[in-house]
Amino acid sequence: MGIGKKTSKNAFVFGLVLLILILLAAAPLYASLYTVILLTSILMYVTIAVSWTLFSGPTGYISLASAAFFGAGIYTSAIVGRTFPLPLVIVLGALVSFCLAILVGSLTLRLKGIYFVMFTFGLVELLLHFILWWEVNITGTTGRVVPAVANTTVFYTMLMILVLLMLTAFFIRHSRFGLALQSVGENEEAASHSGVHVTALKIIIYGVSALFMGAAGASMAARWTYIDPTIAFNPLISFMPVLMAIFGGIRPLYGPLIGAAIFTYLEQFLITRFPYYYMLIFGIIMVVAILYMPDGLIGLAQRVWQKSSRRKHADT
Amino acid sequence: MMITILNIVISGLLLGGIYAVTAVGLSLQYGVARVLNVGHGEFIMLGAFITWSCFTLLGINPLLSLVICGPVLFIVGFVLYRTLFTRMRISSPTPGAFEGNSMLACFGLLFIIQNVAILIWGADIKRYSYLAFSVDVWGAKFAANRLITLGFALVICLVFYVFLAGTRLGKAIRAAAQDPDAAGLMGVRINRVLAVCFGLGALMAGLGGALISMCYEIQPTMGLEYTMIALIVIVLGGLGSIPGSLIGGLILGLIGSIVTHIEPGLSLVAYYVIFMVLLLAKPTGILGR
Repeated sequence: MGIGKKTSKNAFVFGLVLLILILLAAAPLYASLYTVILLTSILMYVTIAVSWTLFSGPTGYISLASAAFFGAGIYTSAIVGRTFPLPLVIVLGALVSFCLAILVGSLTLRLKGIYFVMFTFGLVELLLHFILWWEVNITGTTGRVVPAVANTTVFYTMLMILVLLMLTAFFIRHSRFGLALQSVGENEEAASHSGVHVTALKIIIYGVSALFMGAAGASMAARWTYIDPTIAFNPLISFMPVLMAIFGGIRPLYGPLIGAAIFTYLEQFLITRFPYYYMLIFGIIMVVAILYMPDGLIGLAQRVWQKSSRRKHADT
Repeated sequence: MMITILNIVISGLLLGGIYAVTAVGLSLQYGVARVLNVGHGEFIMLGAFITWSCFTLLGINPLLSLVICGPVLFIVGFVLYRTLFTRMRISSPTPGAFEGNSMLACFGLLFIIQNVAILIWGADIKRYSYLAFSVDVWGAKFAANRLITLGFALVICLVFYVFLAGTRLGKAIRAAAQDPDAAGLMGVRINRVLAVCFGLGALMAGLGGALISMCYEIQPTMGLEYTMIALIVIVLGGLGSIPGSLIGGLILGLIGSIVTHIEPGLSLVAYYVIFMVLLLAKPTGILGR
């Protein structure tokens, strides 16, 4: 590929991203309220799926703690939402998740493979049951009322969080940091011999990925007018982003984005009509995706594209 | 005082017996077939609902339906392994990749089984009453069905252990657990043995589910909790160790019963704390290699 072709391709991608951003940012002006709410939940899942991939994609550690980080954000927002302005609440939610992830990361990132998976999922259940017990026995009230925020405000905060996340992910990937992370995923021992601080690196990226999940949780908290631990720490929030990312494709940055967008749309479309069939279809797609689409939708598209272009060359 | 302690110990054992049966199945699936079956609880749920249907619709004695549940779930597990996991195991580049992928596929299975069950049986809580009279054990009272459950749980675990230790197939399974490739070279039909292991794991889950349905309320979404408890037990006993799962199950039951006696709402919290401390401090468990 020539240099000229590459710059023109980059310019095209940049233009496309800008166009989508403008269309999204203007959505509340031309779209119905229902569409704005739908877009908000798409942004939410995209944010969680991309944050998950930020850590788990290159390192290969499957973290099932997303629900814990997202829930920490929701709970922070429910506790301090009335006393502080929204931007501060979101920053606080992000910080709480970040600290939680740093703590969990420094405890667990020595654990290998399946132990790490079990620990992270145990964390979600532990927080859920502990807070549930705490609320019943210590404070004597289950659940909290979340201060209401306008739907468009939530939409814009989610959009901003996602843009920040994508920029962060882009810069991490195109820096020495990202290369080091990639090498950790390929071979931890080799990376550490080459002078990469493996554990510190993993902990920091884990924290950054949780930071965005917490921010998303804090800004989405207003979506539920009432929350309790079973809503805030819903285990589905741990599983869904993993599947969405795998379905879309983990390698490119936009893979989880596309996977999450498609799935959330499907969810909104199906869940009101056939709730159980939705989860059933979800499970079937999950199994099929893992069996037949190791590189996700993006990988599949690339393979089909390569095949068809090869055929074109063969014809001429 | 003595009565209270006795009470706590016996209720702990009653709880632990059920934990042990369900954990032994998961331990076999992970320890040998290398599939961390997060849908294990769904197989337990299936066992419970099959038993419930047999009892309420056909009037079959729940203890008799152990003989129905077991084989049915064995076939389900065996076929699932042959259709899904054999292919995945061969195409995965490393054993680690297979563990990750198969676990994620099990999440898919979890959703499929759970929602099929909701479509068949509805989402409501179900229960039936079987041998629900109380029996006096040295001054403490226990429901007869729970005592019978403990007896059957111990017998099932014992039979299972003898099967693994004493039969030719059991030997093949233990060989496959140590090194699948070497076992294959020694003439063990490895794909079939691994599928049998996964099937046996499902069978144990089914038996556990049948026992659970005799004492507790059941519903299609009950699976995850039992999966988590089984996971905690196999980590406690050592991943892949069958006697470890039995002992781990009984210990966890005792802990649960003690914590419930002190502070009723905290038993699940205690389980997870133990789980996470174990993962950090001694991930190989009490009987692990």
